[in-house]
Amino acid sequence: MGKKIKFGVVVFPGSNCDADCLWAVRDILNQDAEFIWHESKNIKKYDCLIFPGGFSYGDYLRSGAIARFSKVMESINEFANKKNKFIIGICNGFQILLEAGLLPGTMLHNKNLKFICEYVNVIVENNETPFTNKCEKGQVLKIPVAHGEGNYFCDERTLNTLIATEKIAFRYCDINGNITDEANINGSVYNIAGIMNTKENILGMMPHPERAMIKDLGSEDGKLIWESLINYIKKS
Amino acid sequence: MAKAKVYVTFKDGVLEPQGKTVNAALLKMGYKNIKDVRIGKFIEIEIENGDKKKIKKEIDEICDRLLANPNIEKYDFEIE
Repeated sequence: MGKKIKFGVVVFPGSNCDADCLWAVRDILNQDAEFIWHESKNIKKYDCLIFPGGFSYGDYLRSGAIARFSKVMESINEFANKKNKFIIGICNGFQILLEAGLLPGTMLHNKNLKFICEYVNVIVENNETPFTNKCEKGQVLKIPVAHGEGNYFCDERTLNTLIATEKIAFRYCDINGNITDEANINGSVYNIAGIMNTKENILGMMPHPERAMIKDLGSEDGKLIWESLINYIKKS
Repeated sequence: MAKAKVYVTFKDGVLEPQGKTVNAALLKMGYKNIKDVRIGKFIEIEIENGDKKKIKKEIDEICDRLLANPNIEKYDFEIE
């Protein structure tokens, strides 16, 4: 038990997974959580910021391109550089973190040009991180995706660095954990579904862990990611 | 009033699925000579008249910071 972790869910015009994220950490995992409007600058008090999925600013120009210049983003680097502060970007939130340069790479349109809304399997590449310590290495998680632009792209040098420094958190795989082209739903480089920054306090992922919180609703594998982070913060 | 015409296009080698789809459609329509189609963005910006050099610098900065993502896109512009 002990102290509750304080989550802040950043809300932009067009965010639509904000309520699910709040529900996941507050109602299912019994932590403190509240919404933060994108014009707020007061983010110091939170342990973890969640950038939820949706279509911030209608995805105009490029996904996340406009959100990345909002007021709340002005102090984001300062927040991220502090000790024991964490950021999770999910789907559109991941796109915003990429546009902001907090994580390397860019999202392209899905290879098949379709909006993909389905359960996928992702393999835990690195389980010694703040976001995955409750998972087994190589564990396959069943978590849904819902995106049109989730085709992760980066240059070869960036990819090699991500691999060498073990900053790839999740990769698309089949149900048995085989990393195949067929399982690579959107065409991402190296089947990448989620990555971290160098300091491992920022995670971006396309699958929605907040939508995989209850077994009866399809999967509760998403809980492992939130529980890992809660576990990590409580221990540190 | 000055006007900037900005063209944002994908870098060579970056997958551009919209263009690929249009390319396939054109071939189906019978345009057998089509080799490749790439779709980009065309943006018009109206600006207060002023020093041309300054306007150019500002539009360049706007392209770099917001209109194009240098990881995957390149841009070009002209000022009228």
